[in-house]
Amino acid sequence: MAKTKGKSGPLARRPDNSAFKQQRLPAWSPMLTANTVLPFFYLMALICLLLGVWLLLTVQSTQEMKLDYTEAGACSKCFEKRKNVSNAAQACSCTVVFSTEKAFKGDVFFYYGLRNFHQNLRRYMKSKDDGQMLGRRMNLKNPTSYCEPYARDPNGLPIAPCGAVANSIFNDSFILKYHGAGVAARRVPLLRTGITWYTDKNIKFRNPSTENQTLAEAFEGTTKPPYWRSPVYELDVRDPLNNGFINEDLIVWMREAAFPNFKKLYGVLDRAEEPFTSGLPAGSYSIDISYNFPVQYFRGRKEVVLTTLTWFGGQNHFLPIAYLITSGLIFLLAVVLTVVWWKFGKDGKNMEA
Amino acid sequence: MTWRSPLALVRDYLQGQRAREKDLRNLVSNLPYEGLEKRKQPNRYFLSNAIKTTKYTLLFFIPMNLFEQFHRLANLYFVGLAILNFVPAVNAFQPDVALIPICVILSLTALKDAWEDFRRYQSDRKLNNTPCFIYSRKEKQFVQRRWKDVRVGDFVKVVYNEIIPADLLLLHTSDPSGVCLIETANLDGETNLKQRTVVSGLCNTSPEFEPESFNSIVVCEKPNNNLNHFKCYVEKPDKEKVGAGIESLLLRGCTVRNTDHAVGFVVYAGHETKSMLNNNGPRYKRSKLERKLNTDVIFCVILLFTMCLIGALGHFLWLQALPSVPPYLVPDSNGHLDSPSLSAFYMFFTMIILLQILIPISLYVSIELVKIGQIFFITNDADLYDDDTEVRMQCRALNITEDLGQIEYIFSDKTGTLTENKMVFRRCSIVGTEYPHKENAIRLALLAEVDLEEEVIFNQHPQPPQTSWSLDAEDTNSQDSHRRGSRCKSKVAASAQSDVAFSSPLETEVIPDRKLLQQISRAESSSRRKTDPYLDFFLALAICNTVVVSMATAQRRRVSVSPHAWQTNNALDTLSNVVKNAGCIFTSCWRKPKRNRTVSEGSALEDDSFQPPLKMTGTVNTNGIQTYSLHTPSQGDKPAATLDNLRYEAESPDEAALVYAAKAYGFTLLARTPDSVTVRLPSGEDLVFEVLDTLTFDSNRKRMSVLVRHPITKEYVLYTKGADSAIMELLGTPYAEHLMTRNIAADTQHHLDCYAKEGLRTLCITKKVVSDNVYESWLVDRQRALAAIDNREELIMDTAVQLEKNLSLLGATGIEDRLQENVPDTIMALREAGIQVWVLTGDKPETAVNIGYACRLLEKDDLVINMSCKNKLACTSILDCTLEEVRRYSQDPRNVDTTPDISLVIDGCTLTMAMSPDLQERFVDLAKRCRSVLCCRVTPLQKSRVVKVIREKLKVMTLAVGDGANDVNMIQAADVGIGISGQEGMQAVMASDFAISRFKHLKKLLLVHGHWCYTRLANMIIYFLYKNVAYVNLLFWYQFFCGFSATAMVDYWLMIFFNLFFTSVPPIMFGIMDRDVSAEMLLGVPELYRTGQGAGQYKFSTFWVSILDAFYQSLVCFFIPYLVYMDSDIGIFTFGTPLNTVSLFTILVHLSIEIKTWTVVHWVVMFGSVALYFIVTLAYSAICVTCNPPSNPYWILQNQMADPMFYLICIISTVVALLPRYMFHVLKNSIAPSPLVQARHLDRLDSSTKEQWIKEWRSFRGGGQVKRSRLSTPPSPTLENSVDINPETPTAAENMEDDFTLNVTSQRPVHT
Repeated sequence: MAKTKGKSGPLARRPDNSAFKQQRLPAWSPMLTANTVLPFFYLMALICLLLGVWLLLTVQSTQEMKLDYTEAGACSKCFEKRKNVSNAAQACSCTVVFSTEKAFKGDVFFYYGLRNFHQNLRRYMKSKDDGQMLGRRMNLKNPTSYCEPYARDPNGLPIAPCGAVANSIFNDSFILKYHGAGVAARRVPLLRTGITWYTDKNIKFRNPSTENQTLAEAFEGTTKPPYWRSPVYELDVRDPLNNGFINEDLIVWMREAAFPNFKKLYGVLDRAEEPFTSGLPAGSYSIDISYNFPVQYFRGRKEVVLTTLTWFGGQNHFLPIAYLITSGLIFLLAVVLTVVWWKFGKDGKNMEA
Repeated sequence: MTWRSPLALVRDYLQGQRAREKDLRNLVSNLPYEGLEKRKQPNRYFLSNAIKTTKYTLLFFIPMNLFEQFHRLANLYFVGLAILNFVPAVNAFQPDVALIPICVILSLTALKDAWEDFRRYQSDRKLNNTPCFIYSRKEKQFVQRRWKDVRVGDFVKVVYNEIIPADLLLLHTSDPSGVCLIETANLDGETNLKQRTVVSGLCNTSPEFEPESFNSIVVCEKPNNNLNHFKCYVEKPDKEKVGAGIESLLLRGCTVRNTDHAVGFVVYAGHETKSMLNNNGPRYKRSKLERKLNTDVIFCVILLFTMCLIGALGHFLWLQALPSVPPYLVPDSNGHLDSPSLSAFYMFFTMIILLQILIPISLYVSIELVKIGQIFFITNDADLYDDDTEVRMQCRALNITEDLGQIEYIFSDKTGTLTENKMVFRRCSIVGTEYPHKENAIRLALLAEVDLEEEVIFNQHPQPPQTSWSLDAEDTNSQDSHRRGSRCKSKVAASAQSDVAFSSPLETEVIPDRKLLQQISRAESSSRRKTDPYLDFFLALAICNTVVVSMATAQRRRVSVSPHAWQTNNALDTLSNVVKNAGCIFTSCWRKPKRNRTVSEGSALEDDSFQPPLKMTGTVNTNGIQTYSLHTPSQGDKPAATLDNLRYEAESPDEAALVYAAKAYGFTLLARTPDSVTVRLPSGEDLVFEVLDTLTFDSNRKRMSVLVRHPITKEYVLYTKGADSAIMELLGTPYAEHLMTRNIAADTQHHLDCYAKEGLRTLCITKKVVSDNVYESWLVDRQRALAAIDNREELIMDTAVQLEKNLSLLGATGIEDRLQENVPDTIMALREAGIQVWVLTGDKPETAVNIGYACRLLEKDDLVINMSCKNKLACTSILDCTLEEVRRYSQDPRNVDTTPDISLVIDGCTLTMAMSPDLQERFVDLAKRCRSVLCCRVTPLQKSRVVKVIREKLKVMTLAVGDGANDVNMIQAADVGIGISGQEGMQAVMASDFAISRFKHLKKLLLVHGHWCYTRLANMIIYFLYKNVAYVNLLFWYQFFCGFSATAMVDYWLMIFFNLFFTSVPPIMFGIMDRDVSAEMLLGVPELYRTGQGAGQYKFSTFWVSILDAFYQSLVCFFIPYLVYMDSDIGIFTFGTPLNTVSLFTILVHLSIEIKTWTVVHWVVMFGSVALYFIVTLAYSAICVTCNPPSNPYWILQNQMADPMFYLICIISTVVALLPRYMFHVLKNSIAPSPLVQARHLDRLDSSTKEQWIKEWRSFRGGGQVKRSRLSTPPSPTLENSVDINPETPTAAENMEDDFTLNVTSQRPVHT
């Protein structure tokens, strides 16, 4: 009120005659009626159709092979063995065979799959220490309380990496062998690195700074997770650079899956040498499995997946079909609207209705 | 300072407490104790004048504000959730993160509170530091101090135009008669001057008041908030007691007027003053929509609990189904696992935390913001601004804007609401002869036309009315230079818009009736001039009132003059100027009777009146100056008075109208003091009447009287004026006996009836000569009554009644109260909008019915039911009959296709009976079937009862509009109370939720703003509920895939941001700015208003439809990404990110479908929200490596955005999710468009086609209403017009002999 006093003139109290204050801003007001939206509907139907067709064609060119080896063939004995907790430390290996009728063209990805394994449980997915994985010395020796009860062993030594996620790492290993026509079985080369996101490997997961120490020395004063066979710095015996927190299997495992049925990348076909330069040739294959991971506690299944990828991901029939159905639906609705437009709103005013 | 023991301090405090609580307070002057320390002061226990209206102190702001805020249930909910989060077994998120929402909400509210409190603090400080004059013993004079230094017991001097700092007992004024005039506009808004007198017999009459000699004790009652009551007596040293009441109390906040200075003794200070005790904050009402919303929130709660139960149960079953302990089931730190049932129990609470946003707490905050925005737009509407009074629309209740869009019943006051309450003298009847004042009527008619013309011109060339403000400025200047106290004007004073009873001088002037002028001049010259009834009549008009005379030079701040008075470029204006000047001529030339006659004859013919008066203007002006110079010396110390400068300030405008009328005939009221009245006669002679007593008006007697002593005849004369019903039965016996006099009474009654039919307000004027001994004996009674302690009021009234009998009738007056502009148009529009309009008035049925026709509340071909009966039995039967009749009427097949045009006219006492519990149902049923109802002769209490009964029985939204104190009850009883800031003070405005300045503003307020506010808010709320459900359900669906373990697949920070920032602004903007139909269409087609009535757009079904839609959309938004990513190597948060994005797009595009008009603001907000989402999420994903430990969104969105799959999912999910809603809208708009949609269609057409369409539409919809809309110009209630109408109007008076009357008149042509 004091303000209005300050202004002089008769119109000091008169509201501004601005378009905004008088709610007269120029406006676009779309009308949602049959005739105005028809072009949009037809356009949408067309776009969805084209996308659907394109996706479908792309998906057709992919190859995928899934093999459930939980109790398959020779592995059933290992399955039985793992049922007994006391045998946990004993090694067990088995071999499964399969054959492909068509060659896998291009990059071939080797996944291991788990069914019914809930990596997305709230308590489970919290049970890790990002700080520790980042290589912070503080966290290495003092894991966060989220890791409980896998933060320290009964002797009070900190566990590295701590938590239930790391502890329950999938520890089967595979050797894929190609049995080409008339040739002796030959090991298919798999790249076991480069299977993680670049940012994970280089930023999110770091080893504690070694400073002229060996990795083992850096991890001194910590202990391995209870379910593990070897300490974290000896995860990959063949590639010393793939050890510690930056071990790619560990990194892949630590990215918790969204659903209980999931697959995780195990390796990528190394296309450096024949006959794998253009992918996996058709023929029969075998996989030697070091069968360690118990699944009977949760009625789980284990499988291996071989697949090629497209520009939009793995073999995925749902998306093109969804696009095609949507396209059909929109087209149907567009036809309905055309009828409506024909019968009701041809003059565009609808006043007689 | 001496040290005092704490015990003494406590004792002192308790004593103070007791002293303040006592019923009577003894106050003594502070002066003998001046300079002593505080504990020796006698008045130390009473509050000082410093005020503090702030709620908080700097130190305790946080705890006090928190305490305040936790009174809200919603906040407690938040706190409960936060606490739950600290329970380790239950927590869903990190405890500290869970505090974010509550902290944000609390701190936002706290910021708002702090800002408001700071504003209060500033205004307090300003007020406390306002200077004032306090007497100091040391300096032996009044010294300048500040308001906060004023203490009880001080002597304070207030000067002209100064605001009174505390409640003062008036002891001395500069006026020799001990009068001080104050203006209470700051308190109650009444702008007329109120007279206060010094406590009689207390101080010597010496010109200078000496406070030091004041040694009495002032005993007064405990402070209370009654502005019109104060009890106190002053005990002199010699034990003599002198009583004083409100008439001696100067109230804090009032302004001293027309008095040079006054000295008072402070009785109450600071917070104990009456004005502060009256100071209540804004009222809090809950709107209908909000009440409905609350039930829906309860449904949300139920939904939440159901979902949590499903979650808990699911978790239990999932745990049960596990064959043994899998590695992913993490035990607690002791390696112990809870049993499934216990886990499920905990899970229930965890789920509540996870799904908490289902309860739309942010909705309440958003609604408040939206309402603030809506109010901003309403108050800034230039169409609701009144140029004359410079008043904007005021919103006093902040949270019921949307109720304006749902009104079904309007209850309106008549006087001052439908009419101007600017009384114009129209006709009079003296001793049985009628003087129609035709010239005056012509002038008024012309004036009205000029008004119309003016409006057109104004629209074409919008130029500001220069004149009024230049006057304003001048006025302030003169005041400043004139009075030293004027700089003390606080903003409170400046803000109060004072206005005199008339805004335009043109309307106050009266052209005298030629015949009557001759009659008067004859009477003047005749020998028996002292007793001539004609002279007496005008003397009575001039004397019998409480009008205060003030000078135009000493005018209060603003004399608003209508701009057209200065425009002389068109003929009509010239004429109006002429007319105005002519008015001056008559009044100022009266001392030369001969010449006057020629003038009045000259103006009799309209054509001739152009030239002669123009010529005369010059002479008149010189004349005026002469009068001035002639009279100043003789006036003595009184302010110089010229006739033109006289201004009359009356409590009711009728009184002023009568005084102006008397002035027109030369009987000029020159001055009024408590015990004398000075009247200048036509002959130029000044008569000073001694006023012996004033029997003030009250609503029981319905009359007022003034007892004066005639200066010449020395007779005691009682002039009484009042309502005809109150006067006619008090006429003296001679009237019953003599044929002649009885004829006078009968003729006058006849004239009165005619006036009433014309819609004029009638008053009877009587005179009585009181003999000396009667007066003496009466005086004794009177004084006893005045001195009485118990039922004093009653005794005083008895004495009044005692004297007011055997009156002799002088005549009657008819005063016109003109309809406000555009009233018929507004009422028509409101009715077309489906609103039933009731008019509740205190006027007579005839007057009311006439106004009813004039303002098109009643139509000529209406079925008018007139109810008026004297006893309950009759009332019962009449109700039954009418109800039967009305039912038959509406069931009649011939009437099916037409709207039932039934109107009900009912008078006060019938209404009372009809409202009795046993008849109530039937009455309400009848009223429901009537299109309009007119209640006459109702009391304020009845008004509020009617509103309450209708509101409760019919369960409808009611709106009451009124302008006077008598409407306050009604305004408060209705759902929405609207006050009209008009002539009758501000009481109605103070009690109202919205204040407008003209009745016509109601049209835009309801039809446009009401509709907008309602649709906006209703849509916003529905959208908000939808939004929460849609988003929360995503989390819920995920529970089916994570063992019901309350995992969130979205990072919690992003989840909070999603609600707080990414999707909060668009709905708020939607609620403030969306415009479904343009204002022109809403005004052009009032029918559109019906969409908001009753359940309106916010129906129960609407809520469920939107909830179902939310479920569908969330299913789509969740399961399309799920099916896409099924069996893949997707991570939790990698899955959550596209989900979040899809959800954002769906929610925003959904809003886009709902938004009706897109302005720049809309585009900016929408795109801003999307941009904000991506920027914030990208930044967050880039920076946060470990900032929110368990969840880790690092580089996820970047990764996703590099993946084409992300976009494919976004497109298909959004399209599929919104397809049904989009389709639904399109189909509905195409096949069965609602009126609103049709209106929007019309909006897109160009203006001329649009108008044509509107016309056609109205004719198509409203049937018979085309005919009416053609007649939208307001017919002025002139005599000719109303005579046409009246024969058909049933009147109660014609059937007075009957026990009851039932007149059902129908002008409807019978269909054959």
